[in-house]
Amino acid sequence: MKAGIIVYPGSNCDADAMHVCQEVMGFETDYVWHADRNFSKQYDLILIPGGFSYGDYLRSGAIARFANIMEDVNKHASRGGYVLGICNGFQILLEAGLLPGAMLRNNHLKFRCDHVNLRVENINTPFTNSIDKNKILNIPIAHMDGNYFADKETIKKLNDNNQVILRYVNKDGEVTKGANPNGAIENIAGIVNESMNICGMMPHPERAAESMLGSVDGKLIFDSILKHWGDNK
Amino acid sequence: MKYTANIYVTLKEGVLDPQGGAVVNSLHTLGYSEVEEVKVGKYMILELDASNMEVAKERVDEMCRRLLANTVIEDYKYELKEVE
Repeated sequence: MKAGIIVYPGSNCDADAMHVCQEVMGFETDYVWHADRNFSKQYDLILIPGGFSYGDYLRSGAIARFANIMEDVNKHASRGGYVLGICNGFQILLEAGLLPGAMLRNNHLKFRCDHVNLRVENINTPFTNSIDKNKILNIPIAHMDGNYFADKETIKKLNDNNQVILRYVNKDGEVTKGANPNGAIENIAGIVNESMNICGMMPHPERAAESMLGSVDGKLIFDSILKHWGDNK
Repeated sequence: MKYTANIYVTLKEGVLDPQGGAVVNSLHTLGYSEVEEVKVGKYMILELDASNMEVAKERVDEMCRRLLANTVIEDYKYELKEVE
């Protein structure tokens, strides 16, 4: 499994992602600099990490989507390679049009850094196939602009195609207003594209992949990618 | 020719604007109870070269669509002025 982690000016979860991909998962992992024109090799997984690319100027992810390397990210995505965008990475995928919708400022206007409960809505994706259907995931979030928004038509399409993979829920697994940390429409925390090789999620699985960090639920996302890759290579 | 573009980007009708809501609340607290709605947006001033007004307009519109506004959630409008 070869993984590339895109590094933009302002990325700050790239080293955490590297640690999990390389040390915890054993992937052959490289950092990929945003200004490079091409990948140096063909990757199986491209991970777009969290942070504040380009200082979140204009809108989160708005400027990163025009980085040189995005052309190869697009090519990788269109040939079916896995793309995982975490937090700012999710925002970049939305701005790039690789996933539908947009991020608004959190409805309470605060930066929220907390552990949240997540219900897995579709376990038949490359990103969720190793998760028990009834398991509630405990994974942290840390963001200011995580208030996912899309028009009614898009939301209907996402629901009809089972493209919503994670929702914020309470500890009993119920979608409630109280369990929603940012105002995201229908408590959406993570989605995939129609062909399910591109995933964007606001929670940080790389911060919950070792027991000493309090939760290993995030590792299940990486386990799923590895399993899907192993089953399909 | 040199042109100045004043560009206004605001959230679309129907998209929740929590910043606008917070400003309304503050204005009400200060006694400005006549305020019914506030929309918080962005104002950008661009200076550009273009062969004529038509071209400048086309270019600015494209910039708005591609980068300056996210048309999933935002509307934009602009005024173009020729600079002497």
